[in-house]
Amino acid sequence: MSSPLLSALPMVFVLTGVVLYAVLAGADLGAGFWQLFSGRGERAERIREHAHHSMAPVWEANHVWLIFVLTVFWTAYPAAFGSIVSTLSVPFFIAGIGIVFRGITYALRAGAANPRESQAIDTVFSISSVITPFALGTIVGAIVTEQVPLGNAAGGELSSWLGATSVLVGVLAIATSAYLAAVYLAADAARLGEADLERAFRVRALWMGALAGALALAGLIVLRSDAHHLYHQLVSGEALPALIVSALAGLATLALVYTRRFEVARFSAALAVAAVVAGWAIGQWPTLLPHLTVREAAAPHDTLVAVVVAVLGGGAIVFPSLGLLFGLALKGHLDEPKAVVAPTPVRADAGGRRQALLGRLAVACLIVGFGLLNVADARWAHAVGVAAWLGFVVSAFFALVPALLPSEPDATEGSQEHMLGQ
Amino acid sequence: MTNLLASALTPAHQRYLLEARQMQALSFSVHIPLVCFGISLPALVLFQEWRWLRTGDPVYREIARRWTRIMVALFAVGVITGTILSFEMGLLWPNFTGTFGGVFGLGFAIEGFSFFLEAIFIGIYVYGWDRLSPRAHMLSGVPIVITGVTGSLMVIAVNAWMNHPSGFRLRAGKVVDVHQWQALFGNDYLWHELVHMYLAGYMVSGFLLAGAYAFAYLRAYPDPPMRYVRAALAVPLTVAALATIAQGPVGDWAARDVASTQPIKLAALEGLGKTTSGAAEHVLGWYTHGHIEYGIPIPHLLSFLAFHNFDATVKGLDSVAAGERPPVNVVRVAFQTMVGIGTLLGLLALVYLFVRLRRKRLPESVWFYRALVLAGPLAVVALIAGWVTTEVGRQPWVVYHVMRTNEAVTGAGGIPVGYTVLALAYVAVGAGVWWLLRRLAGRPLELEGV
Repeated sequence: MSSPLLSALPMVFVLTGVVLYAVLAGADLGAGFWQLFSGRGERAERIREHAHHSMAPVWEANHVWLIFVLTVFWTAYPAAFGSIVSTLSVPFFIAGIGIVFRGITYALRAGAANPRESQAIDTVFSISSVITPFALGTIVGAIVTEQVPLGNAAGGELSSWLGATSVLVGVLAIATSAYLAAVYLAADAARLGEADLERAFRVRALWMGALAGALALAGLIVLRSDAHHLYHQLVSGEALPALIVSALAGLATLALVYTRRFEVARFSAALAVAAVVAGWAIGQWPTLLPHLTVREAAAPHDTLVAVVVAVLGGGAIVFPSLGLLFGLALKGHLDEPKAVVAPTPVRADAGGRRQALLGRLAVACLIVGFGLLNVADARWAHAVGVAAWLGFVVSAFFALVPALLPSEPDATEGSQEHMLGQ
Repeated sequence: MTNLLASALTPAHQRYLLEARQMQALSFSVHIPLVCFGISLPALVLFQEWRWLRTGDPVYREIARRWTRIMVALFAVGVITGTILSFEMGLLWPNFTGTFGGVFGLGFAIEGFSFFLEAIFIGIYVYGWDRLSPRAHMLSGVPIVITGVTGSLMVIAVNAWMNHPSGFRLRAGKVVDVHQWQALFGNDYLWHELVHMYLAGYMVSGFLLAGAYAFAYLRAYPDPPMRYVRAALAVPLTVAALATIAQGPVGDWAARDVASTQPIKLAALEGLGKTTSGAAEHVLGWYTHGHIEYGIPIPHLLSFLAFHNFDATVKGLDSVAAGERPPVNVVRVAFQTMVGIGTLLGLLALVYLFVRLRRKRLPESVWFYRALVLAGPLAVVALIAGWVTTEVGRQPWVVYHVMRTNEAVTGAGGIPVGYTVLALAYVAVGAGVWWLLRRLAGRPLELEGV
């Protein structure tokens, strides 16, 4: 077995991913929730538009946290992954279908020609935005209440995720998502100077924050009978600090939203959610599944080292990139288009001579490629041969294409009625 | 290697193994064409944007912007269909993932990061049009091109490992002595799969895109096409034609690798019942009772193609027990479909290159454009047929000669229900994408004075 630290590190990554998925993608799911309860009329349309536009640049990146969680989990704790997903196949499948409809309706919105169409699309989008967090929440509930034994679909197909805790965590996931979304959308509306939207989402954030807090308290009561050990850890054990941080951050967020300091509220709201996940992890540690600790579930030593290296290396590239994306989005650089800046044209290609040269290069690549990839048998020959074939494609492309492209507007243009698809 | 299996989780009896495999195949078939666009469309968009920056001609900006909308829509659909695939690792094959996740999983973990960067920079690129400076905007597209390559590299590394596993030992159902980097990237089998798929990506999206503009060309005929159509047609058509030309030799390389590494797969895709020296290649026909009926034999060709020797001995299906052979006709028909369509597309590519080199212009024949409209869908069929060839050809193994598919499958019930729901959902997705692409194509051009 690997060292306790090494076998625990990937789980720390997984839980970090869960937190980031909950606070980032959760808010995108919550945006769908508010579209469902936007009401009717022009104001409702504005609410739906705002919810759509706020999440548009970031939702795909936020969604990837789920993929991150899955891939690190199945690499580092493969047997536990197989057990969890096979036993909880129904909620996983429901979440999957929810994600499919969310994604397709997000894409379809670009084609909507009028408010009626976009409303129809938004309705499907928001229903799936409610189903998805519920299903994912029941999965968490099932793991919390130790309903997933080690084995291939060894737990109850329905009973494992339809217990009181599971259902409550599912509802809590919907409420938390909606709460986070309301806070973020209020902040975005304030940035855009949309006073009425800001008011609308401020009120929603306050109500939903209170509701999510009440649900979390109710969850404690249910946990007391469903997951006694975790309950004790949370109210009197090592997880208590996390519970306190969560409660304080939740209250602080309400105060911040009330006083309209939304940008700070973004972070305190996220902290409240993160603390709940941390409390769960601390309370349940070191058990992953019944009779299986995190350390026992871990993959061999070399696998864990590779995962840690990959995550740290990947994180070193991804986090600055995420910083760039959120920096641009939150500072409003992706909000309103500016006037098109026409580039200063660099005078076009020197003409035929360059093309002829590229053409000769392409022919040379073709001959070398055929000789080394298709006649020779040595490995090194294949490597060079493949490179030559790819070189052929690239050089031939640049030899052939420029002369075909119209360089100047020509007289044959006529009206624009022949455009594609009309 | 014999079957060393013992696995982390207990293999379950699954009544609906075939349905589970079909559900997986459906999920792949929907996802893979989108991957093709993920691989190649960003580079094509950037080329058009680069032309705009170079010439200042707004027609290129218009094309780049329109293709950006297609790119973001197809990326979104790729994200969700890819998510379904990752769920299915546990939903359908928990024992495969549960036993070998520690060996191949790293590939997907790295792919996750690649996907992250792709999603981040797609967000910046798409919503940065007219908001970032032209140069910064174009730069933000470069990571999308790179991550398209690295992402597919990772996924194909896992597939290559399943076909030619190494880098671990099994002891009492647990993998030990795991050498992940070697398992994933020290695998000879990876490279032909990667290059073959990469070229296929350019063929599929190139022909589909060119086909859409070929349709516009036919609509306008006999009037000459607009500048916009010409500029938008020439790029994907040229890329697809060149990728098709290169695909033939790469396919030959792939076949020789299969011949030496997975002889039974080769025997299945050629329908070779008995081990034969100087084996003939059969075109068309049907495999039955150990040989091909109604096929056109070309003497000694199979031996030559597989081993560069007209008299080489090619292993037949009879060299393994019946339970270790893939379903021959499925594999063989898929293979012949892929090669047949590839040949037709190659002819189309040659016609185009001939006209381009001789007449120094695009073809003008209506028939060329009619064929081009068909080429896109045919390329998709060839793509899926190619995956059927390699994946069904791997059967009955999920990890070649290590774990059988029926040992990997879930013990959960409800597979027919899941399969049906997913199929219906994907029909809806397909209809939605079709509707959206038509809507995007019908948007008026924003060009002024051209």
